[in-house]
Amino acid sequence: MSLQVEDPRIVEFDVQTDEMLVNMGPQHPSTHGVLRLLLRTDGEIVHECTPHIGYLHRCAEKIGEHLSPPQYIPYTDRMDYLAAMNMNLGFSLAVEKLIGMEVPEKAIHLRVLIAEIGRIASHLVGMGTYGLDLGTFSPFLYAFREREIILDLFEEACGARLTYSYLTIGGATHDLPDEIEMPDGLAALIGKHKGERLPFLDVIEIFLQWLELRIKEYHTLLTRNMIFISRTAGLGVLSPELAVSYGCTGPVLRGSCVDFDLRRDGEPIYTRMYKGYDFEVPVAPFKEAPREVIVGDNWCRFYVRMMEVVQAIRLVRQAIPKYKASTGSYREPFKLNAKLPRDEVYLETEAPRGQMGFYVVGNGEGNPLRLRAKSSCFCNVSVTDQICQGVPLADIPAIVGSLDIVMGEIDR
Amino acid sequence: MDIQGIHAILVERFGAAVVGNEPFKAIDPWIQVSANSIVDVCTFLRDDPRLQFNHLNDLCGVDYLEPDPKKAAKFGHEPHIEVVYHLSSLKLRHLLKVKVVVPRWRNDVAGQLPVVPSVSAVWGIANWHEREAYDLVGIDFEGHPNLRRILCPEDWVGHALRKDYDFPLEYHGVRGR
Repeated sequence: MSLQVEDPRIVEFDVQTDEMLVNMGPQHPSTHGVLRLLLRTDGEIVHECTPHIGYLHRCAEKIGEHLSPPQYIPYTDRMDYLAAMNMNLGFSLAVEKLIGMEVPEKAIHLRVLIAEIGRIASHLVGMGTYGLDLGTFSPFLYAFREREIILDLFEEACGARLTYSYLTIGGATHDLPDEIEMPDGLAALIGKHKGERLPFLDVIEIFLQWLELRIKEYHTLLTRNMIFISRTAGLGVLSPELAVSYGCTGPVLRGSCVDFDLRRDGEPIYTRMYKGYDFEVPVAPFKEAPREVIVGDNWCRFYVRMMEVVQAIRLVRQAIPKYKASTGSYREPFKLNAKLPRDEVYLETEAPRGQMGFYVVGNGEGNPLRLRAKSSCFCNVSVTDQICQGVPLADIPAIVGSLDIVMGEIDR
Repeated sequence: MDIQGIHAILVERFGAAVVGNEPFKAIDPWIQVSANSIVDVCTFLRDDPRLQFNHLNDLCGVDYLEPDPKKAAKFGHEPHIEVVYHLSSLKLRHLLKVKVVVPRWRNDVAGQLPVVPSVSAVWGIANWHEREAYDLVGIDFEGHPNLRRILCPEDWVGHALRKDYDFPLEYHGVRGR
């Protein structure tokens, strides 16, 4: 017996097809901090995704107008707190450019060494939390196991584990330590040297050797995992034109097939640091990518980060002998109350999440007249609306996670 | 291309609307553009094959004012607001700084925000940067599709990066200082 409906329109009216506004965040765990997304959905499909930011705003730029540059270094730590070393470096270089300071050779190699280890630590978090966004817990635990050792090493170097204020104007606050006690975490992982005192640079080399082997495991866990590929490949495709127009930088830009890295193409004061270093800039498309992958999708952005870790390991390996061989001081002195010249500079550096810019306007006083911090994540997250249209609701965390944002840097 | 070359191209095309701070002695030399022609100049800078400034690195406002009358004599600037555009070309690998100078208040009436045409149609990211400049420095970007506060709450009063900004005593029952 077939079902008879007198008026076919009655069936249609039973199904609710209205658009719905869904609020996601600011406490949602997969938005990486206090990002609020306002989604206009039709059933499962998202038609509009409006990011709302500012929940962590503390007007760091206004604070900068009341402090001298060395006093402002700790505030840069709190911008991108996952890569605080790179934030310190960016601000220090901008001020050095303003006052025309030459940094000693030893300080340059120290900075490359520290900044690239910081990049590894930051990308490890990026990888681990991205797995968490996609519903797999184990890569997060492995990533934090490794990051913990980097934090141990940074603690030996400067005494802090998260907000270092280590790289400062003119160089660094201290020289690297000569000899340290082997961190317990690393000793337990490699199963030897427990409690021994070893040279600091040797401990770094031991750690890098151990980390290099782990990268293969991450690829097995995530990159080549079928579930991971089906959640990331072909999703959130960002075209090169859109990426450039929206000011995307860092792994997001390079994942969209734009070959640009400030360590190679930046201003002389920054590229001078990396002179004599041999490294590659990973750019999509990749030969080894699975066939589902489209240039500019989530998978490409993720893979650029993984490849950057390999390059950072190479850079640290090259920095160790250069640092050992270099002479001179680890720091050029800079007075706390030194007057800034009446000029203005803008300098961008390649932080792990993109190009972090500092614009410093001096006016013959100790405090800058204006201090602007241009955030890379701010630009990267502004493209969310463009790449989230027409995807199912469940893929929003996968796309936002692939941008690898830190709200402390966006809201400043 | 260096700043002299870019300046020559712009002067040839736009004439008196473009002023360079010659002889370009600053660390980052800049080119000053009148507010009315900023959209045309930016479109030209982006599209001209010799320049190709396809990337807007940063857009921000700077408030030049010394609120303390004792220090005002040493300050050395007339009170004004600058909107600073940092451009770069990812293809040709060169940089440019463009400035627009406007009065602190439109018609010198306190509370009336100065007007600068919006470049959000030229670069996508200008949309958010202009919202931030409106929020914190208080510049009205004419023609912006969605000029709302971005970092501060919608009902916030004042623009925090103005030099004469008064910090609020309280906000919705939360003590300010």
